[in-house]
Amino acid sequence: MRSTPIHPMSDHPPAGLQRGAEWRLARDTAALLAGGLISLAAIPLLVLALVTLVLGPLGDLGLPFLAVMTGLVRPLARAERCRVGLVTGDPVPEAYRPLRGSLRSRIRTLLSDVGTWRDLGWLFVQIVAGAVGLAFLAALVVGPLFMATVPFDYLRGAGDGKVLDLLPLGAFLAALGWVGCRPVAKAMATLSEQLLAPDETAVLRAEMAHLAETRDETVDARAAELRRIERDLHDGAQARLVSLTMSLGMAENEFDRDPAAARQLVIEARASARTALNELRHLVRGIHPPVLTERGLSGAVEALALASAVPVEVDVVLDERLPAPLESALYFMIAEAMANIARHSKATWAFVRLWKEQGRLRLIVHDDGCGGADPARGSGLRGMQQRLAAFDGTFTLSSPVGGPTELFAELPFRQ
Amino acid sequence: MTSVVVVEDLLLLRDGLVRLLSTNGLDVAAAVDSAPAFLEAVGDHRPDVAVVDVRLPPTFTDEGLRAAIEARRRQPGFPVLILSQYVEQLYARELLSDGAGGVGYLLKDRVGDVRQFVDAVQRVAGGGTAMDPEVISQILARRSRASPLAGLTPREREVLALMAEGRTNVAIARSLVITTKAVSKYIARIFAKLDLPPSDDDHRRVLAVLAYLNSMS
Repeated sequence: MRSTPIHPMSDHPPAGLQRGAEWRLARDTAALLAGGLISLAAIPLLVLALVTLVLGPLGDLGLPFLAVMTGLVRPLARAERCRVGLVTGDPVPEAYRPLRGSLRSRIRTLLSDVGTWRDLGWLFVQIVAGAVGLAFLAALVVGPLFMATVPFDYLRGAGDGKVLDLLPLGAFLAALGWVGCRPVAKAMATLSEQLLAPDETAVLRAEMAHLAETRDETVDARAAELRRIERDLHDGAQARLVSLTMSLGMAENEFDRDPAAARQLVIEARASARTALNELRHLVRGIHPPVLTERGLSGAVEALALASAVPVEVDVVLDERLPAPLESALYFMIAEAMANIARHSKATWAFVRLWKEQGRLRLIVHDDGCGGADPARGSGLRGMQQRLAAFDGTFTLSSPVGGPTELFAELPFRQ
Repeated sequence: MTSVVVVEDLLLLRDGLVRLLSTNGLDVAAAVDSAPAFLEAVGDHRPDVAVVDVRLPPTFTDEGLRAAIEARRRQPGFPVLILSQYVEQLYARELLSDGAGGVGYLLKDRVGDVRQFVDAVQRVAGGGTAMDPEVISQILARRSRASPLAGLTPREREVLALMAEGRTNVAIARSLVITTKAVSKYIARIFAKLDLPPSDDDHRRVLAVLAYLNSMS
């Protein structure tokens, strides 16, 4: 859930320390400015929060205030979480309890969420800290301005020495701003991080909610799959076997009276059996392709490529078999992608690449077709998402009109 | 009499196969249920052909296929007919890769057509080929746009498919209800269109066609 973004300027400035320092200054001042703006916005919200707290005990009167307040405080807190990321390179994760159900249960969730109350504490601290930050920022700006007025004053010929007093003050302010800018920005970020980072329970709760959601999706997909199999068996192989039994039964009766008719019935029975076998074969392929059992993912994908109307290059680099559920999910995902390529892309060439990297499985399916594939349309891509979600995987689809189309999927994989 | 080793782990099917083959003029030298027993039986009985199920214990994956390839490695050109509940072009290619002939790969359902099945076993035993029509149609179904196959007439494609299955000219003529002479003419034209060297030998011709079809994928 939590990613570790790469932030080149954080601790190890690369070649050219000078440029690194300038960069850092620019970033820190931007962070202080943003912090100041957030704290300005926090003032009316704090007032609103206090009003809510006062009205709260009065019952229903406080509720609209509560809704409005959280509706405003949470986005502001989100902005601050991102702002912290500007300084530390790592935005603060957010984990409120999900709001569900009736208005009453939503309100109950809001009130019992530790995050709601911690946000209020943060509002207060932010106002103070933001003001301090702004003060340092002001020193950094005003200091040099003071210093600059001295030569101007002399140039105008009005130098009366009074303005000279501004020189040390300006120098002091500039130095203060310059030196203090970073520690203050950092301290503010740390403070906000402490107050806004979700506590462990909230993190676990968010993870649980995510798991429950993906599990529901998986269960739904499973159930739909079973229904399809049941229907296929019922209308297909089962019906054929019934007709086969009938043909054989009639043949049994006819044997003595009319051997020729009996023979015809036996021939029909065999045709029924053949069709039933055919249907079962297709069904089995759809449930779990035999070649996947026999050869694992690399063999099965190769078999898919052999059957594809578009030439497909396969590069599956796995040193061992993957767990069966994962194998199956990836197989059907690749099969779906290849079917889409054959159906819609007008591609002349495609490749499938699957490899392990840093404890993750990565998959690319690329084609040189006409592009324009839209994940919002079509149930196939939705199905892919569901399959992957069960493994905590994600996928992105890039398909500009005119092509090429590239599907990139990634999922955690522990040996 | 052609002697056969039957390799099938399901008792019901094994007994059925033994009964079917021995009532149709073949001598079943041994009927075994695993890959090691198969290799041993081939060593002991020196059969003319083996009929092997793809899935065998202990892992029930593709042991049968691997054992067949191993048997052909030990004894090049040893005729093997693989039976499977489904066919996979990938496996056909592996079986044919040594280019030695004497290879069969059929769906298990084909056993139902007794005459054709026995014919296929005999053909493979004689160094011929018996590819399941479904394998061939899988191969032919793809690349229909840009390949030289697109230049074939529908009739020529029919002849090509039957030839790729391993049928002789006589059998092709019978199944399409034309004369053997007409079949020879079609085949000559197909070979010219696909730019394959002509050959009078039935088996070698089939292998050339299969190698050609496989090379397209």
